Order: sequence, then structure tokens, then C-alpha cells
Amino acid sequence: MTAILIAEDEPNLVESLSFILRREGWAVSAVFDGEAVLEELRGDLPDVLVLDVMLPKRNGFDILKTIKTDPRLTAIPVLMLTAKGQERDRKTAEQLGADAFVTKPFSNREVVDSIKRLAGR
Amino acid sequence: MLSANVVLFTALAYVALLFLVAFVSDRRARHGWLGLVRSPVVYTLSISVYCTSWTFYGAVGSAARNGLEFATIYLGPTLVFVGWWFLLRKLVRIGRVHRASSIADLISSRYGKSTSLAVLVTIIAVIGTTPYIALQLKAVTTSFQVVASTTHTDLLGIAESDLDLRTGFWVAAGMAVFTILFGTRNIDANEHHHGVVAAIALEALVKLFALIAVGLYVVFAIGGGIGEVFALPTSDRVLGSEVFGARWVALTFLSATAIICLPRQFQITVVENADEEHLRTAGWLFPLYLFLTCLFTLPIAIIGLATMPPGANPDMFVLTLPMLNGQGALSLLVFIGGFSSATSMVIVASIALSIMVSNHIVMPIALRLPWLAPGVSGDVKSLLLTSRRISIVLILSLGFVYFLFSARSDALASIGLIAFAGVAQFLPCILGGLYWHSASKAGAFAGLLAGFVVWAYTLLLPSFEGGGALPASLFSEGPWGLGLLRPQALFGAEGMDPLVHALFWSLSLNAGLFVLISLVKEQNPLERLQSTLFVDVFRNPADRESRFLHRSAAIDDLFVLAQRVLGAERAYRLFRESARRQGLEEGLPRPSAEFIAQLEREFAGSIGAASARVMISQVVTGETISLDEMMRLVDETQQVIEYSQQLEQKSQQLQMTARQLREANDRLKQLDAQKDDFLSQVSHEVRTPMASIRSFSEILLEARDLEGEQAARFLSIIHDETLRLTRLLDEILDLSHLERGEVAWSLDLVDPERVLDRAVETCRGMAASAGARLTIGTRAGGARVMAHEDRLNQVFINLISNAIKHNSSRRPVITLSSGLVDGRYEVVVQDNGGGVPAAARERIFTKFSRAWTQSRPREGGAGLGLAISRAIARKMQGELELLPDGPAGVGARFRLSLPLAAAAEQPERRAGE
Repeated sequence: MTAILIAEDEPNLVESLSFILRREGWAVSAVFDGEAVLEELRGDLPDVLVLDVMLPKRNGFDILKTIKTDPRLTAIPVLMLTAKGQERDRKTAEQLGADAFVTKPFSNREVVDSIKRLAGR
Repeated sequence: MLSANVVLFTALAYVALLFLVAFVSDRRARHGWLGLVRSPVVYTLSISVYCTSWTFYGAVGSAARNGLEFATIYLGPTLVFVGWWFLLRKLVRIGRVHRASSIADLISSRYGKSTSLAVLVTIIAVIGTTPYIALQLKAVTTSFQVVASTTHTDLLGIAESDLDLRTGFWVAAGMAVFTILFGTRNIDANEHHHGVVAAIALEALVKLFALIAVGLYVVFAIGGGIGEVFALPTSDRVLGSEVFGARWVALTFLSATAIICLPRQFQITVVENADEEHLRTAGWLFPLYLFLTCLFTLPIAIIGLATMPPGANPDMFVLTLPMLNGQGALSLLVFIGGFSSATSMVIVASIALSIMVSNHIVMPIALRLPWLAPGVSGDVKSLLLTSRRISIVLILSLGFVYFLFSARSDALASIGLIAFAGVAQFLPCILGGLYWHSASKAGAFAGLLAGFVVWAYTLLLPSFEGGGALPASLFSEGPWGLGLLRPQALFGAEGMDPLVHALFWSLSLNAGLFVLISLVKEQNPLERLQSTLFVDVFRNPADRESRFLHRSAAIDDLFVLAQRVLGAERAYRLFRESARRQGLEEGLPRPSAEFIAQLEREFAGSIGAASARVMISQVVTGETISLDEMMRLVDETQQVIEYSQQLEQKSQQLQMTARQLREANDRLKQLDAQKDDFLSQVSHEVRTPMASIRSFSEILLEARDLEGEQAARFLSIIHDETLRLTRLLDEILDLSHLERGEVAWSLDLVDPERVLDRAVETCRGMAASAGARLTIGTRAGGARVMAHEDRLNQVFINLISNAIKHNSSRRPVITLSSGLVDGRYEVVVQDNGGGVPAAARERIFTKFSRAWTQSRPREGGAGLGLAISRAIARKMQGELELLPDGPAGVGARFRLSLPLAAAAEQPERRAGE
């Protein structure tokens, strides 16, 4: 079963994302800050990581950089979520190696399709 | 007693020697052997052309008649050479740079290369010099008759009526021949008359030697020593006369002026100057020469008066003293010395005048008469030489005529002074031209003309008195019986010395008109340019002219013109050199503006600045237009020089303004970046709740099969997020209002303790649900502050709720206390959390600074709360601060302080609401 890890500090968004991803038949787990993401990744690796940019403690870009420069983690497909919606953020994400990029507020379909694409590779 | 033949033979032999010296020097100079000829000593000796027969014979005569007055004639030039050397240096520099061929040329060139001015100066110079030349003829004639006299009566001095006019004629003719032979060999004044200068220098030595020899003889052989001479009774007569009056000052001034303004002095000092450095030597050597010249004047006068029979002419003492004592050889030497003084003056003066007449009178006429200008190579040159030769003859003839009419009326010295006063009219326009930018042609012309007319009327005319040509009533009663116009008592100025009188009226009128008209009348562009080039000669090289006058011409035309003026050979040489300097291997040079300016200067050296300009203008195009341009440039340049300091100041001001602008710009950029940052934060804060709302509403729209309970939960989330959004927008607007200060609050007299209690009650529910405990510490009683009650409540709630929400303790405890300190009411809200990290302390009062908190936002705080609270506090003249970290176990401590209300304020403020 496809495993999805969500890193997002807004509880309401975690709830909605969990609901729509589970409905697709995927296994969903969630963490609420940057350090917790790396902690989680010490164990089994998810098939897709949904990563918010504005995370407490360590921000999303920081985490993304760590993942993409770590040989063990680099293969994990990462979907970045950002609320600022600025072109600058998209460029930063691409440079750091993000695999997909979604701006809040997103449509549920957009998120699901992106994850499907990432998981199917 | 010497026979006339011996004297004549000696004089002719002496002239032959002068010819030889002049001829050899000219030859050597042409072959480039200039060594001795161009030495500073020769230059200085030639300046002594100032000392004519007037000083040679007349100084003793003057001393015998008027005592020390004779010294003024030496004092003036000494003062100029010692004290005014800077004026001479400027004259010499300008003369060399602008190739001035005469004093008329210099004045004309300074005032816009004016032909009319040159003509006027030439006429004044000729008329002013004529008495002077006559004076020399008279001196030579008299001395010849004395030295060749056969009777004892003649020895006492020739009576005026017995003057042999034929001798005078032959002297004049002989000088004309000599001058023509050596003064008109070439036409470029700047090629210098080396032969003449060498001959003049030799004559200077001869006259000095003769004076010293006769002086020594008279003092020691006749007088028996210096002491004995001044013990003679006549010494009191000579030294006793009162001389230090207006006439003394006027004479000193006149002789100082003469050394600058006399055409022959200009010729020698400026035109014949080969090296500016020579002036340095002349600065001390010439005064020394003058001193030696007058060394024996007083003793000779004293002994002459003592030993000569009564009725002897004191002007001839120098000659008659040795003769009476039977010293034939010494007498002959003295005669030759006097002859030298006279001839050197006549030769140089007639050369200078002939140059002026040919350049400023003949040339301009020739240029206007087409049939006189056939355009043959060298024709201008030959025209000039011919006209110069004729001029010399005419000038000497004029001198001879004056000699005929006036010779029997006056002593030597007074004729000399008439000439001095005549040329002194040049002084205002020369000084003005050298040092005053605004001096204009019209001013110079009017001043010169007026001064000249007054001089001629008050001084020259009376010198003919008694000659029979003029009615005596003119002098005693004035023309047509008008007493006010009597030549020697103008406008009722009676009782003045005639010389002082003439000098006063002529120079006052001259200088007055010169200054007045210069101030009133605008200069034309060329005058402006020349005035800058002259006055600022040490700053402006002459070739700057080419930068202002953008002229062009066909090079062939220029070459033809140059051949006409300079002669074929010199023109070819000049053009070849210029072509080489322009880097051309062969052929003619390019007719650049610079080259045309150079050519004009070359021409000016030959035919004077005014005529040179007219000739060049015949073949040149494009001049008038560029004159305006030149004007602008000259003005600009001058302003740049004069106002450079102001410019520097302005540039400093500009730099300062630029720095201020840069700083303002930096501040604006910073503000702009803050605004961008704020917008980006707002966007983030809005998008987050929007994301939840959109996501849940999509779920609800798509999935109709949701359980009722779940659907209700999703709807309530949407509802909460909507409220959160509303709160956020309210806060942003609220802060914006507070920051812009648009809201005018009416502050009321408020009991802050009551407001604090209300806030605590409001927060109890929130504290309970968070498991936090609110405790009340010490409280202030009876405080009154001026505040907006609801806003104050808002601040308290914000502080308490922050303490609850951001508390990391497992058992959150919030303590509230209040007190009165230094006339202020203070509330401290303290928690037992982890405190604010040091890095975030400065940031927490800025917008959206929630990042410091470790907990997740739950109750929708957008990070604006503290920023709003502080803005509110400041609106009420209060302050909201984060206190420094307290002891362990104590978390963050926020303090709000407000000023206590003054009692008097209470009722009025209430009424204001």
C-alpha cells in the first residue's frame, strides 16, 4: 500500500489532506514540525512526502535540502505546499529538487493527481 | 680752440665707427652669432637711449637754474625699474606674445585691433616726438658751434639768434641716412634691429664715459676735490632752492611715465627685447647707469656757476668748462658724447615712428586702395620699406621745421618736458589695457583724443610763443578774448606752473573720459577676446585665440597673401615649418584655425595687428559667426576662473544633496521591502485558512455519502476558519488605522483596575479550557488614567491570552499584578513558560512575528496582537515592553505602563466625547 507522509502545522489541513488521501486507499501519517519529519524518516520511508514550507522549528526548504542531499532519502518524491504563492518560492523549491509544487488554497484533485504521478514513477 | 674741420672729421669718423659696429652686428646676427649682441648688458645699455642730449647737456643747465629738480628725470625711471618691474614684465610678455611692432600697435591690438586707435596713437606720437627731435638737432647744432667756435663770446654759449640752421639741417639729413640704412633693412620688427641696437649700446658707453671723464676733470682738476666744490658759494644757490613741490611730483611722475610710454623706449624695451630674462638684469643695471650719469651733474653746475663768466649758457657748461681750460681732447670727447646722446635718440625714435606711420597709416590706406595692391610676391614688404624710408625723412623734416620755429625760444629741458607730457597721454589706456578687463576702445579713443587736444593747446601751442607765428593776445587774453580758455590758465586755473597745469588738465580729462566711457560703452567681441588675452596674459597663451576664432581659408590664398607680406622666401619657410609640425612630409600645411592665428601673428609683427587682421580677413571665411561663440567661451572661461570657488561650494552642496537623496532612497527601499514582506505575510496568513475552507468544501461537494456526524464536523471547521479569516482581516485593518493615526480617539478618565478585572473575567474560560491558572498578585488602588476603555481591555486580553496560548509549561500559571511607580500606572503580566528566546526579543512587537513561539497557533493569532497592543499603548501616551528575563521558573513578563491622569483634566475630557 502506498504510504504518504504529511508534514503540516495546520491541524485542519492535516485532517482534510488525510481524508482525501485515505479515500484513495493510501496509508497516511502526519507530523507537525520540521524536526519531526526527519525523525520520522529514520524509519521506513514513505512513497511520497507532502511538505509544507512554513513549518515550525525547521522550515520546509531546509528539510527538502536535507532530504535531497542525503543519498538514503534523495529518492523520496516530495510535494511542496506553500501559502505564499510567490514565484520566488517555486524557484527555490525547484532548485532544491522538489518533485511537485502546490499552492494553497489547492484543489483536492490537484493534490491527488500530483501524488499519483509521483507514486507511479 | 678746435677747428671746425677737426670737429667735423671726428664726428664723421665716429659715425663711420657706428656704421661699422651696426654692419658687423647685423651680419653676425644674420649668421646666428648673437652672443654679444643679444646679451642683457647690451639690452640695458640700449635702454639708456632714454638719456638724450637733454640729459647730457641739459641736466647741468637744469641744476644750475632749478637746483635738485634735474634729479626727477632719473628718479622716475628708477622707480619704474625697481618698483614697477611687474608692469614692464607684463608689457614685454604681451609685446612678445602678440608681436607688437610699436606702442601704437600694442594699444590698437588691445582694443580690438582698432585701426582708428592706431592712427590716433601714431599721430600723437609723431607730434609728441617732433619737439624732442628738434631738441636733439638744437643740442647738436649748438654744441658743434660751441666746440668749433673761434671767438670768446661764442664760448660763453651761442645766443639763440646766432644758431647756424644749416648745421641743424645737415645733422638731420645725416641721421636720416643712418636710420634708413640700418632701420629699414627688414620689415619684421621681431627680427630685431641688431645693428642699430649694437650701435646704440656703443653710444651709451661713449656718453657715459664722456660724462664721467668731464666730471672727474671738473671736480678734481678745476674744483680741487669734492669737499672744495660743495664749499663754493654757488653750491648754496644750487642746493638751496626749494624744489619739493607740485612740480617735483609732476616731473617725477612724467619721467616715470615716459620710460613706459615713449615710443622709442617701447621700441627698445619691448620690441627689441630678445629674452624676457634680460629685463631682470636691466632692473638693477639701468638704475645704476642712471645714477652714474647724474653723479657729476651737481658739481659741474656748481663749478660752472662759480667759474664761468656771467651770461654763460649753463646748458653748455659740460662742454665750455673743459674748453675754457684749454682741454681740446676732452672737449672733443664731450662733443662726441653729446652727439651720441642726440643721434641714438633720433635714430631709435625715427625707427619707432616710421614703423608706426607705415603700419598704421600707410598700410590701412593701401589696403583700401585696390590699385595700390597688385598682389605681387613681396609687394607689401616693399611698400612697407618704402613708406618707412619716406616716413623717416618726413619725421626728421618735421623735427627740423619745429627746430626752425621754436629753437630760439626755449631751454633744452622744457622742450623735453613738452614731449614727455605728450606721450604721457598713453598712460591711462596702457595701464587700463593691461589690468582692467572692461577698458574699451571707445573709452581709450575718447580719453586719448581729449588728452592730446588739451596737451597741444596748453603746452605745445605756448612753445611757439614769441616765434612770431601766433598773436601774443592769445596767451594773455585767451582766444576771442575768452579768459577762461587761456592756454596756460584753463578755466581760471591761474598761478600754476605751466607744466603742472597742462598735465593736470590733460590727464584728468583723459583718464576721466577713458574710465567713464569704458564703463558705459559695451566692448565688441574682438575687444573682449583681446582684453582677456592681454589682462590675463600669464594665464592665457596667445594661441588660445585659435580656439575662439574658428576660421578657415584656402591654403593657396593664405600662401599668396604670406608671400605678399613676408616675401617669397620667408613665406615658404614659414609654411614648410608649419606643414612639418602638422606631420605633413611635403606640400602646404592644412589651413587650421591654429595656423591662421599663427599667420596673423606673423603678419602683425610686420604690418601691425590691425592691418594683419584686415589682410587675413580678406581671404578668411566663417569669422563673424564664431565671434559670438568666442564671446560665450570667453565669458564662460572667465566665469570658471572667477567663480571656481563658488562652483566647488555648489558641488559640495550637490554631493550633500545626493547623499541625502541616497539615504532617503535607501529608507524608501527599506520601507518598500517591508511592505512587500508584509503583503507576503498577509497572503500567507489568508491562504492558510482559505486552504482548509476550500479543501473541506470540495470534500463536501464531491462526497454525498458522508456520515452526518463527519459532514457536520467538516462544516464547523469551515465555519471556524471563516471566523479566523474575519479576525485576521479585522486585525490588519485595526493595525493599519492605528499606525496611520487616522482615528482620533477621545480619551476618558478611566479606572484601569476595573478594566483589568473585566479582562481577567473574559479570559477565565479560555484559561480553564487550556488548563491554566490565573492568579492575581498585588494591586494598585485608586488609579486614574486617560484611556479608551475598550482598547485598554483589548490590550489586557491580548497579554493574558498570549500568556495562556504560548505557555510551554505543563501547568501554566499566569500572574497579574499592578502598581503605581513614578506617577505611572503599571500592569505586569507574567507566566511560567520558557520565556522569549533572546533572538526573538526585539522581533516580537513587529507584525507576524509568531515564529518565536514553539506551539502551533490555535486560536487564530496572526502574529499581530502585540504590534496592535503596543500601538494602542502608545496612543494613550503609554508603553508596552517585554521585561528582561527574571529568575528561573519565571517566564515572559510583559509590562504596560500609562501616565496617571492629572486631577484638573477630569471633567473637560469627559465632556469632549
